[in-house]
Amino acid sequence: MTEGKPHVHEHAAGHSDVPSDLTLRVKALESLLVEKGLVDPAALDAIIDAYESKIGPRNGAKIVARAWIDPAFKQRLLNDATAAIAEMGYAGRQGEHMVAVENTSKVHNMVVCTLCSCYPWPVLGLPPVWYKSAPYRSRAVIDPRGVLREFGLELAPEVEVRVWDSTSEVRYLVLPERPAGTEGMGVEELVDLVTRDSMIGAEKLRAHVRGATP
Amino acid sequence: MNGIHDMGGMHGFGPVEREMNEPVFHAAWEARLFAIRHAMGAWGKWNIDGSRYSREIIPPAEYLRMSYYERWFAGLITQLIDASLVTSAEIEAGRASPGAPKATPPLSPGEVMKVLARSPSLRDVPVKAGFANGDRVCTRNMNPVGHTRLPRYARGKIGTICRDHGVHVFPDTSAHGLGEQPQHLYSVRFEARELWGAPAGKHEAVHLDLWESYLEHA
Repeated sequence: MTEGKPHVHEHAAGHSDVPSDLTLRVKALESLLVEKGLVDPAALDAIIDAYESKIGPRNGAKIVARAWIDPAFKQRLLNDATAAIAEMGYAGRQGEHMVAVENTSKVHNMVVCTLCSCYPWPVLGLPPVWYKSAPYRSRAVIDPRGVLREFGLELAPEVEVRVWDSTSEVRYLVLPERPAGTEGMGVEELVDLVTRDSMIGAEKLRAHVRGATP
Repeated sequence: MNGIHDMGGMHGFGPVEREMNEPVFHAAWEARLFAIRHAMGAWGKWNIDGSRYSREIIPPAEYLRMSYYERWFAGLITQLIDASLVTSAEIEAGRASPGAPKATPPLSPGEVMKVLARSPSLRDVPVKAGFANGDRVCTRNMNPVGHTRLPRYARGKIGTICRDHGVHVFPDTSAHGLGEQPQHLYSVRFEARELWGAPAGKHEAVHLDLWESYLEHA
């Protein structure tokens, strides 16, 4: 499976002609739709801009950091995540019905969509290629510990793993554990610490992983 | 349908490969396609369930060969033709057929947040809940040829209701123009050993969101 990565290892040769072919086909489709008056190309630019510069995992990181320092907000987030997240100004497509699940020393939550690639866009942006890939979609439910091990996380056998398969329009946000050694940090510093993958439940945060993954 | 998209529990796809500092889109065509798909949604000709189904009917070998956005492209073409927004001859030619009417785009650049706004599946209709938190349920052994959100790995399995999400649009009918048939949607917990047998970890569980129609009392 290459899942859209132009430079992946397997099948790379067989795919060498694909990107330019799709470039042409999508361009042809766009000009057809514009010619028929079905889309306005400037609206397309605005949609792309929204997902490239406004809607991304920084939104989720702000929610997590606030939950760490504001116990009342954390409670609201766990009780009614849709409302608590809207309170922070985030709402929209693929985030209509939100549920937040909390990682602790005893329970580790991770999120997948085995049937397609459902993902909470308003708080995490568009999903990374690995989340949409066949290896993750197939294995997260049958071998979650094995997947986490590949991601560098070895969970103790007594830690309960809860996998959330996103089969409906409900979207899940993992509230990662606040790492030790961050007690003195301000909210901005905490936001910088929260990675996208920790909010999918694919990694655990440590005070020094800052910037390790997107 | 029992398609290749229903991947939960399959073996043989190899390790999960992460890409560091991944861009939002890997090529300009992916971004254009993503935007076209959302802008065309403003025509109101289809819903999310039908869109998912348009990708599920891609033949399995093709599905596996394609990247995520190639599947979007294939599904979008199917939907554009099915909705009579374009003809296959126009797709082939890359230009409008002679005499084709010219429309006015329903989505202006200043209004894009309209198509990116919430489109809830929750319905405010009184429907009785057949199950309550803590109830033990068995998922139906069903193999519909149409769209469904009950994955194969969770059919005929026993689980526990742990949350009632309220009354939601039912994808199995909504995808095929058969109405919303709103019904209760539950978070159901399945122990890994129930799904995968004894070798599975004792401290592992999978939660799925399942509609009333998928469930029976255990």
